[in-house]
Amino acid sequence: MSDKRVVITGLGVFSPIGNDVKEVWGNAIAGKSGVTRLSKIDPEQFTSQVAGEVKNFDPAEILGAKKARRNDRYTQLAMAAAEQAWADSGLSEASIDPERVGVIIGSGVGGMETFETQHAIALDRGPRRISSMFVPMMISNMAAGQVAIDLNAKGPNFATVTACASSSHAIASSVDSIRLGRAEVMVTGGSEAPLTLMSIGGFCSMKALCATFNDEPEKASRPFDKDRSGFVIAEGACILVLEELEHAKARGATIFAEVAGVGMSCDAHHITAPAPGGEGCARAMRMAMKDAGMEPADVNYINAHGTSTNLNDINETAAIRAALGDSADSVMVSSTKSVHGHMLGATGGMEIMLTALALKNGIVPPTATHENPGEGCDLDYVPGKAREADIQCALSNSLGFGGHNVCIALRKY
Amino acid sequence: MSLENRISEIIVSRLNVKPEEVTESANLKDDLGADSLDMVDLMMDLEDTFDLKISDEEGNTLQTVGSVVSFLKTKGIEA
Repeated sequence: MSDKRVVITGLGVFSPIGNDVKEVWGNAIAGKSGVTRLSKIDPEQFTSQVAGEVKNFDPAEILGAKKARRNDRYTQLAMAAAEQAWADSGLSEASIDPERVGVIIGSGVGGMETFETQHAIALDRGPRRISSMFVPMMISNMAAGQVAIDLNAKGPNFATVTACASSSHAIASSVDSIRLGRAEVMVTGGSEAPLTLMSIGGFCSMKALCATFNDEPEKASRPFDKDRSGFVIAEGACILVLEELEHAKARGATIFAEVAGVGMSCDAHHITAPAPGGEGCARAMRMAMKDAGMEPADVNYINAHGTSTNLNDINETAAIRAALGDSADSVMVSSTKSVHGHMLGATGGMEIMLTALALKNGIVPPTATHENPGEGCDLDYVPGKAREADIQCALSNSLGFGGHNVCIALRKY
Repeated sequence: MSLENRISEIIVSRLNVKPEEVTESANLKDDLGADSLDMVDLMMDLEDTFDLKISDEEGNTLQTVGSVVSFLKTKGIEA
């Protein structure tokens, strides 16, 4: 096992609860929801009419008109977040060899909006009218490719595609890259822009989205609550700069937290439903704790996947009990999806960032909307209000359709 | 609007350049920054706007703004 340690030295985010780290953290601990009535497309055509939208995002202003036009919204969001994270890290070509900087950015589907727009053109006017930019804009690895161009990052570069675990797999693979010595710095996380006809319509058909709080959007995402009825679809990007510890120390970088361990597993059970008792998730959590050298009693906080669907929240609760044993009774568990919604392939990045900030600031963000625990949901979900606590060790879970489970273990630095 | 102005508008919009950069001698790739993908979409814009077909061979000859103007004139398009 490598003796290299990995720390977080830069953060960037565009999300339903804000377009910079300070604003996002403030809203997360205040429990201020970013979920609103869907405005990007006509909500009336869907059973679920609420969404977490990124507000006041002008890609042409941030990226320039040409770059904005040549990239799908998911890549635009990733580029903007990566620019922020890179600036936050204080790294530059003077302080790091470009060949030692890699980029891994996950997305559940990539350029869905581009796909739909161009498909409509092809049906209407024939395939000869498909834009030459269609393929590069649509493919789900272009965020990683484009961010590398922006930052001149010439190290390992790819995308991870595991639905709602995509960005956590990206971060896990980035940790591996640094531990294996393939890179000293990794720019990583996820991006998703799913507020489109086919994405929302598809999730509605699965009955996966919350359709019972259309008149009260800010209450719709209610993880572990008895009135939960599905997740709230959301867009955004969150990018982290990971760095080998000695490199970060040598240049006096600000360190947000250590990424101490990685666990991953597959349910091998069902395409969308979690394995009974959350056994796959529990195995990922055990693997992450072991990798980080943590015992269950060391874990003070878990940022849960907590989607607000019936099946996830019951099974993840069971998984936490299985992985932590008696320590599950004392661990704080919250789902920040209560305020930012489910950012799908970007959500793991968002939640790992918030977990790192919880460790750094000694504040646990709440499950803001949680009022009454649902059946089978019997942990301390930090309902309503943030809690000050000197937490040392934390886990962040991400689970994706396909049975993909990732758990990232973080330690206060 | 003159033919030159209509072409200029299309180029400005497709390549995100300033109108004053779109001079008769400006090279679409070297001066206005078009790559091969931009060129494909630019040809589609011209085809749509002026309702004509531009073959790949014809497209390859259109290197400067002026060559686009004269090409369209040979196709009988005046404005």
